[in-house]
Amino acid sequence: MTTRRSLLALALLPAGAAAADDTALQRAIRDAVGDAPITDGGIALRVPATAENGGQVPIAILADSPMTAADHITGIHVFATANPAPGVASFSLTPLLARAEVHTRIRLAEAQRIIVLAQSNDGRVRRATAEIRVTTGGCLT
Amino acid sequence: MTAPLGPPRIRIPRSARAGEVIEIRTLIEHPMETGLHQAGARRDMLTRLLVRMNGETVLAADVRNGTAANPYHVFFVRIERTSSFDFTWTDEGGRSARTEARVTVG
Repeated sequence: MTTRRSLLALALLPAGAAAADDTALQRAIRDAVGDAPITDGGIALRVPATAENGGQVPIAILADSPMTAADHITGIHVFATANPAPGVASFSLTPLLARAEVHTRIRLAEAQRIIVLAQSNDGRVRRATAEIRVTTGGCLT
Repeated sequence: MTAPLGPPRIRIPRSARAGEVIEIRTLIEHPMETGLHQAGARRDMLTRLLVRMNGETVLAADVRNGTAANPYHVFFVRIERTSSFDFTWTDEGGRSARTEARVTVG
């Protein structure tokens, strides 16, 4: 009985931690795009499958958009779901850009899922995600 | 503590054809110290990169804890005429670093 209860407690601990992380993540996403509905597709996230150095992980975000005054991406937001703070960066885009494409380098504390969102001028939000393995965590260097 | 930011480094073509899409790469040397991981480490973070072309905003990057040290950004602009670019980084203390570039169309 005791063993069973301990096992149950052990099983519950990570779930509790994950729920707290989700709250921080959800808050960061809400701060970025409000309550706009989010759909997958129309955006690509290019990352390495494995990052040797979590302190410098190259990523590229590319949303499908003509980038005209009438139809363009206004914001791209990057979230690292398992970092101490999930917010990585937010980009404000204008039709002066030829493409809704940004490359940057991010920090990852550990292996995790990256989420990128792109919001267009009609308010719609698209999402892409990618899993990255991390050899050496980046938030401690 | 009050050392100037920078220096920024920009890679941008000196000339382009009208209508050409050019790639712009920017990098600024900065520790992006979050202050989270070492006892006594003072937070020292950039907060924004603003890129303007002929005075109009092209791109703004709001960088947070997950942005790597020496922030690096690549983006693509369509050039229609000879244009001047202005790149300004600002840190959380309000200090800034600025650099300019010119792309000639002709």
